[in-house]
Amino acid sequence: MPAKKHRIAIAADECKGCRRCIPACPKKLISVGNEINIQGYVAVKADNPEECIGCGSCFHQCPEPGAITIYEEE
Amino acid sequence: MSDKVKFGRSKVFFDPFERRPGPIKKNMHYCPGCGHGILHKLIAEAVGESGIQDKTIIISPVGCSVFVYYYFNMGSISVPHGRAPAVATGASRANPENFVISYQGDGDLAAIGFNEFIQAANRGEKISVFFVNNSNYGMTGGQMAPTTLPGQITTTSPYGRNPETDGFPTKVCEIINQLEAPVYIERVALTSTANILKAKKAVAKAIENLRERKGFSLVEVLSPCPINLKMSADQVNKFIDEKMTQFFPLGCIRDRSAATPAGNLPPAIIRDPEAVKSMLLPGVSENSGAADASKFEIFQKERRVKICGFGGQGVLSLGLNLANMGRLSKLNVSWMPSYGPEQRGGAASCAVIVSSGAISSPMVDRDCDLLVAMTQTGLNKFRHVLGKNGILVYDRSAMKPPVVEATQKVFGLDALAIANSVGNPKCANSAIIGALSKILRENGFSEAEEQAFDAAYQDAITENFAAKPAVLKQNLEAFAAGKKAALA
Repeated sequence: MPAKKHRIAIAADECKGCRRCIPACPKKLISVGNEINIQGYVAVKADNPEECIGCGSCFHQCPEPGAITIYEEE
Repeated sequence: MSDKVKFGRSKVFFDPFERRPGPIKKNMHYCPGCGHGILHKLIAEAVGESGIQDKTIIISPVGCSVFVYYYFNMGSISVPHGRAPAVATGASRANPENFVISYQGDGDLAAIGFNEFIQAANRGEKISVFFVNNSNYGMTGGQMAPTTLPGQITTTSPYGRNPETDGFPTKVCEIINQLEAPVYIERVALTSTANILKAKKAVAKAIENLRERKGFSLVEVLSPCPINLKMSADQVNKFIDEKMTQFFPLGCIRDRSAATPAGNLPPAIIRDPEAVKSMLLPGVSENSGAADASKFEIFQKERRVKICGFGGQGVLSLGLNLANMGRLSKLNVSWMPSYGPEQRGGAASCAVIVSSGAISSPMVDRDCDLLVAMTQTGLNKFRHVLGKNGILVYDRSAMKPPVVEATQKVFGLDALAIANSVGNPKCANSAIIGALSKILRENGFSEAEEQAFDAAYQDAITENFAAKPAVLKQNLEAFAAGKKAALA
């Protein structure tokens, strides 16, 4: 059975730009974005979100309740 | 690809955070990179998984996490600085069905509230304490805390903490480990993902101990404070992992959870049946939902009474007598006196509610059915509470006839004169109750209800003055005279 597919979604307006998630990602999918969000922070963005392996490392590092969501294929 | 959430916002959090003021309702108020958010998420997950969300009370301290009640959809209490373990003791003992979490920072727990904390730990209260150690006072801008490391620069230790003058970091877990009672003590750090997952296990264990009521659990969390420490996320993790852990080594310091039997309720304070009984008035049952209304038809509806006058006139006693009459007639009653310096000589008042159903609030500040005024100042103060179809009874020997609305009824009685005629001016209140018997007969009482009312008065006043037969006799005479004089 092939491994399940995962996807990472970052709510840019909920990010405070602390950047804890960037080194936490084993696939290096997260990087600093280009825009300032409604809170006034430079939010991170997910590059190639479909390459996520669903480890949850970035989610656990993130201090915000819902800035990062990781979806799993059913 | 379908959208099953593997990691996402916990359902234990409010969504949105409506209690948080301002336009940002999805985020917490903490600084970027703060460990509070990470720990909040771990607690929310553990509480969600244990299934005790509805019965959990989280206690907000003073500190950055003072607003935890914005975020957790659980019971919460905000308490004075450092007093969370004391309030947690009361909350968990008085509500044995609830589970109490104390969430505290290092200023709150290790400084101002250390005594409360160590006493609660020593008593083995069945609570779980989450202690956030970020090595400084974060809320107030990064001052030196008991947990600040030697040499660490803060706003109040600009040359670094000097152990010769400022002492050494307070090792809370190690101190608590000297006590017999605590069940579980562990120190974790919110740095690498591996460490955060260890913290997750520790938090889950503390919540499980709470659910099984095993005893006192403490999880000390070394938490990043990048803003006050003026560090990046990487730097602050390095600071915790390399510097803080020298003084605060990570790991489980004590775990007696497996050897401790589950299911023990916290020691009861007020649920002891004998203690509860002693707190109730004689003849009142704890479960006073529906009462016996067979004698009184009119108390099918909640009847609200306000009595006002000068202190010393027997205003409060009049209300208490009415309430006791209701109680002896097996009705639900409430009596709420207005205590204060005015009890002797100034304006005094009390509120009485009588009902065969349950009484929710003892306050009478509007829609009053019966207003008894024994002085002009009392009437002036409370005239507005009388309901549209209310009855006003006033002491004619002390007041001018009041003007009322067309739908309201007013009855005057020479109460003070009657009381003087029986030889005791303090009996004016009994004269008024006597008059009430007749006035209520005119306004809804049946003959049987009037008789039951008189009998209830006799029982209540006899109970009150059983030891003073002379006073009892005067009161009964005043009641009879008041009844006779009513409507005259």
